[in-house]
Amino acid sequence: MSILIDAGSRVVVHGLTGREGSFHGEAMFAYGTRVVAGMTPGKGGQTALDGRVPVFDTVADAVRETGADTSCIFVPAAGAPDAVMEAAAAGIKTIFCITEGIPALEMIPAVAMVQAAGARLIGPNCPGATSPGRAKVGIIPGSIHREGRVGVVSRSGTLTYEAVQAMTDAGIGQSTCVGIGGDPVIGTTFLDILQLFAADPETDAIVLIGEIGGAAEETAAAWAAEHLRDVPKAAFIAGRTAPEGKRMGHAGAIISGGSGTAASKVAALEAAGFRVAGSPTELPQLLRDAGYRD
Amino acid sequence: MKIQEADAKSLLVAQGLPVPPWEEAHTAAEAREAAKRFFADGAEQVVIKAQVLVGGRGKAGGVKLAGFAAQTELVAQSILDLEIKGIPVRKVLVGPAADIVKEFYLSAVLDRAARRILLMGSAEGGVEIEQVAAERPDAIVTIHADPLIGLQAFQAREMAFRLGLGAHLKDAVAIATGLVRTMLAYDADLVEINPLAIVNVSSDDGPVTQRLQCLDAKITLDDSALHRHPELEQLRDPDEEDPADREAREAGLTFIKLDGTIGCMVNGAGLAMTTMDLVKRAGGEPANFLDIGGGARADKVAAAMRLILADPKVNAILVNIFGGITRGDEVARGLIEARAQQERDVPMVVRIVGTNAAEAAVLLEQAQFVTAATLDEAAAQAVAASKSAVA
Repeated sequence: MSILIDAGSRVVVHGLTGREGSFHGEAMFAYGTRVVAGMTPGKGGQTALDGRVPVFDTVADAVRETGADTSCIFVPAAGAPDAVMEAAAAGIKTIFCITEGIPALEMIPAVAMVQAAGARLIGPNCPGATSPGRAKVGIIPGSIHREGRVGVVSRSGTLTYEAVQAMTDAGIGQSTCVGIGGDPVIGTTFLDILQLFAADPETDAIVLIGEIGGAAEETAAAWAAEHLRDVPKAAFIAGRTAPEGKRMGHAGAIISGGSGTAASKVAALEAAGFRVAGSPTELPQLLRDAGYRD
Repeated sequence: MKIQEADAKSLLVAQGLPVPPWEEAHTAAEAREAAKRFFADGAEQVVIKAQVLVGGRGKAGGVKLAGFAAQTELVAQSILDLEIKGIPVRKVLVGPAADIVKEFYLSAVLDRAARRILLMGSAEGGVEIEQVAAERPDAIVTIHADPLIGLQAFQAREMAFRLGLGAHLKDAVAIATGLVRTMLAYDADLVEINPLAIVNVSSDDGPVTQRLQCLDAKITLDDSALHRHPELEQLRDPDEEDPADREAREAGLTFIKLDGTIGCMVNGAGLAMTTMDLVKRAGGEPANFLDIGGGARADKVAAAMRLILADPKVNAILVNIFGGITRGDEVARGLIEARAQQERDVPMVVRIVGTNAAEAAVLLEQAQFVTAATLDEAAAQAVAASKSAVA
């Protein structure tokens, strides 16, 4: 099964004819993902990825002609909230928004519209997701994965790669790896992903990679304490040395008014039964310590 | 981006909110002249407030009253001589002191967990809201704006009544809706009035009346939206921006200076924080947070290296790159180029994995760089290099 995406996902790439979209669209295609359509207004009727994928003017056209059910958005920040809403309105059920630098207030109505349409948004400012051996949507390098049964969820990009590579090197494979994004307003939270993993028969253990800012890790930990009691769980929190009041790269990574600290998140996760690593390289061992067997 | 109180007040005035008059002064003499005008207009006292982008001005002695113009000059000078939380005071705000009847707190803030704008109020104004929230959460009233249709008048009325502002309903509703409008107009994360106050206002011919006024203002702007508001860019206070921060911003890098000795260059914010954490864990102190971003090319790497080396405390550098979009060989070329240009020779440990890591390894070996395979190893080596530089 895996979560969010699998071998049957039919992906439309918004901005497939652009620089980022064509580079990552090609990588997704090469990984085996069913990239069925591109969407660039004004380029309908053309093809992309060396003639293998048709391009449409609207997402609605792409859905009608190709049965696309998953969006991957690479359009610039100014047009990205609109792209999210277009996907939702066209009936896309799983929308990945990779775009970084979207004004936070612009995402508020976009997220509300996605929810009203019964769809799911992952991101923005996220690396996407990979269900190893089945499909990848977004920009996570396919080479770092190994097929397996550990669900990975993270707010970060390259830090996720670091953790996943460490797991793969240690022989621990993944069911799905999801980057939920580093922005203040995102469509899918840690809690949402933990709930999906809990319901996935192919996920037997959880790795959560958080960072300073907000309280999403604490909220997820409280739920996990009750509902994932017997599931092996490991976590890593970035930003133990981050100073208060400074935005650490990600728009959402800020300690303010004494809240959002790494210490608070580590304490909440440990109380919920997560084994919290001091370095991402320790995650494989901690999973095994928690009773996980491949 | 944080902006100064005087600039925040200008934005509120532009949105039609009631703010008492003020003037900015860079010298004590300017403050005295401003005060003269307010006394001539009938003020009994003026308030002089330090303009710095940190909280706790009052406690630090940065907010004072004066009863006549000459006193204003002395008080303004004493404030201009202050350093508040390490930031020298370079300007003050001067305005007529309000005759306060009662103080309130009111703000519009982005509630990231709820993914909505939150209107937050308290009848306990003039004190730090974090303290009220921690000690007496019941004293805070919260109302969420609808994500699609925004804050409605009935919600603003509810806030007014719950704060006990029924006697000032019209003003309170105008201010509450005005805060949310200000937030949306300028893409602010936070628009905070503390205190919002009922003040006695005496007119020339009539009796004293009570009005609701915004006596202080704090606005934080969303950095991701500044490109939509080019007029707000000029509100960035050059006096309070570190030159290194400015250079980083202009080079498209995210750089935050810290107090340690080990310079860090990383791609990705989460990994950059992790690299700092692992330096600390290995017994060292990170000198900075630096994210070169995705797809960084050689010129960006060279700019990053200049920023790191501009800090004289830096005695070792740790480069940690996990190539996804970023190509390892591009970074390696940038490092080689940067080292050829740099004036100061500082030991450097480089770890590059991911996309084009093999090509990077060849380049780095030819150029005789010290490399590490894992992040933990790289951190340990950088800390050792830093310690031997001190010894």
